[in-house]
Amino acid sequence: MTSVEFLAWVRGPMFQIAVAIFVVGVVIRLIEIFALGRKADLSEPRGGETMPGIVTVFRRSIPDPGTFKRSPFTIVLGYLFHIGLFITILFFVPHIELFHDVLGVQWPGLPTPLVDAVAIISIFAMLAILVNRLRNPVLRFLSNGEDYVVWAATLLPLVTGYFAFHRMLFPYQTMLGLHILSVEILLILFPFTKLMHFFTSFVARWYNGAAFGRRGVQS
Amino acid sequence: MGSAVEQNVRAITVADRLRAQGISRRGFLKFCASTASLMALSPAMVPAIARALENARRPSVIWLSFQECTGCTESLTRSHSPSVESLILEQVSLDYHHTLQAASGEAAELARETAMQENQGKYLLVVDGSIPVKDGGVYSTIAGITNVDMLNEVAAGAAAIIAVGSCAAFGGIGHARPNPTGAMPVSEIVTDKPIVNVSGCPPIPTVITGVLAHFLTFNKLPDLDDLGRPLAFFGQSIHDRCYRRPFYDKGLFAESFDDEGARKGWCLYRLGCKGPATYNACATTKWNQGTSFPIEAGHPCLGCSEPDFWDMGSFYRALSIPTEDTTRTLVYGVGTGAVLGAAAAAVARSRKSKAKAAHYKVSVNDLEEST
Repeated sequence: MTSVEFLAWVRGPMFQIAVAIFVVGVVIRLIEIFALGRKADLSEPRGGETMPGIVTVFRRSIPDPGTFKRSPFTIVLGYLFHIGLFITILFFVPHIELFHDVLGVQWPGLPTPLVDAVAIISIFAMLAILVNRLRNPVLRFLSNGEDYVVWAATLLPLVTGYFAFHRMLFPYQTMLGLHILSVEILLILFPFTKLMHFFTSFVARWYNGAAFGRRGVQS
Repeated sequence: MGSAVEQNVRAITVADRLRAQGISRRGFLKFCASTASLMALSPAMVPAIARALENARRPSVIWLSFQECTGCTESLTRSHSPSVESLILEQVSLDYHHTLQAASGEAAELARETAMQENQGKYLLVVDGSIPVKDGGVYSTIAGITNVDMLNEVAAGAAAIIAVGSCAAFGGIGHARPNPTGAMPVSEIVTDKPIVNVSGCPPIPTVITGVLAHFLTFNKLPDLDDLGRPLAFFGQSIHDRCYRRPFYDKGLFAESFDDEGARKGWCLYRLGCKGPATYNACATTKWNQGTSFPIEAGHPCLGCSEPDFWDMGSFYRALSIPTEDTTRTLVYGVGTGAVLGAAAAAVARSRKSKAKAAHYKVSVNDLEEST
């Protein structure tokens, strides 16, 4: 397979396979979760559910002082790479072209040097996260193989994308192909791993907030 | 062919020819120097090139045109005229070329056969156009001979082959989906000869003269990349040498052919430019006597020197866009996911209700009895 054939394959059939697995997997899992249902709560509500739920979705994004003191690295690095990932995925112009093609909507991009800087920060934040995870005995004990796989699957698109943009390492077709392939791997792993937190974390927060709200407790 | 006069003409060296045509020694050396730099050779090689070219006898060249549009020939014959480059082209003995030769019919085929016999093992074979092999190769024949048969016959006695244009190099438009004639590039049919792929639709004239000059000088073909293209011309991408590159780096893009960005000469990536993934010398050598090249004229690069560029999605869609309809996959995916999700949910519910039905209460007394 030449580099051109490789690029054609990852831009063509392989991308569709990855998107299909991603969408089908995510939809199945979400329906499964929602359809599970909960036992009817027959107690008399002491407060609303909706507003406390929404508030909790946002409030849980702010670390409470105790947590921050205990694990500042996890929080700071986690924020850095999540925001960095968000910016590089959504505001790099070639990515916007992709979203425009698939979803039919587009938005203004950010200047490329800014996205470039953000990508580098995210890459280093992710490397630091791994070091932190390996050095901290509790974190290391809590981590299993999946955590490392998910970490690698998230880092690879960033690194290959950085190399592709700077035209490093391999001829551009190969590097761009590897970047697209790494994203496809991420998409395929997504529904079956902790990456699902992209969808479920906000649902879980809302559910917690709503449950507390019903009991008249602040969450 | 083969007459005493013809032999005499052959004995005239390139240097004699150039002098007869009024090209000064200075002009000739200048050409040698620019050829050396074009081919990325050391300046120390200039005298060697000059010496070799001065003493080179006109090599016989057989040019075979198969499934092609004559664009490659047009590109070459209309190049830089008159210039030393075009004179170099005159220094080869072009013994067979459909479009350019005066002879026709049997006389033309006789010229090819004579050239092959007289220069067995030494002639250069230039091919433009793809070769159809489906159904015994009936889709393109010359003088009743299928292209594939003619290629095999002529290639057998060639010193080397230059596949000119993307059709001969990679199959080109004939090879594009659904490839009704089973079109193939030269390299898939002839595997035992040195082949240079001078790709492009059409290729840059200077590239073919450069390859010829290299062959005349060193009696071998230049260094090639992994697609068989001369590295000196195909070693860098259009994007790397594009004068609009600073706009790409800054993130300034034209979004239509007539917006402010387009008028200001910003990067054409969003309009489908394939420059980042295209290796060719357009951005440096340029076209029409170094006047301009497509991107300079405001049009995105089509990527014509890369294999299967016809099948790489629309010319006007960015390189980052998948070549197939992702929206459709997304919609069908949601539909399929919903059906499978509902089925999974139904299974989970029935297990839940079964578990509920099978549930019975256990008291402390029951546990004590069982122990």
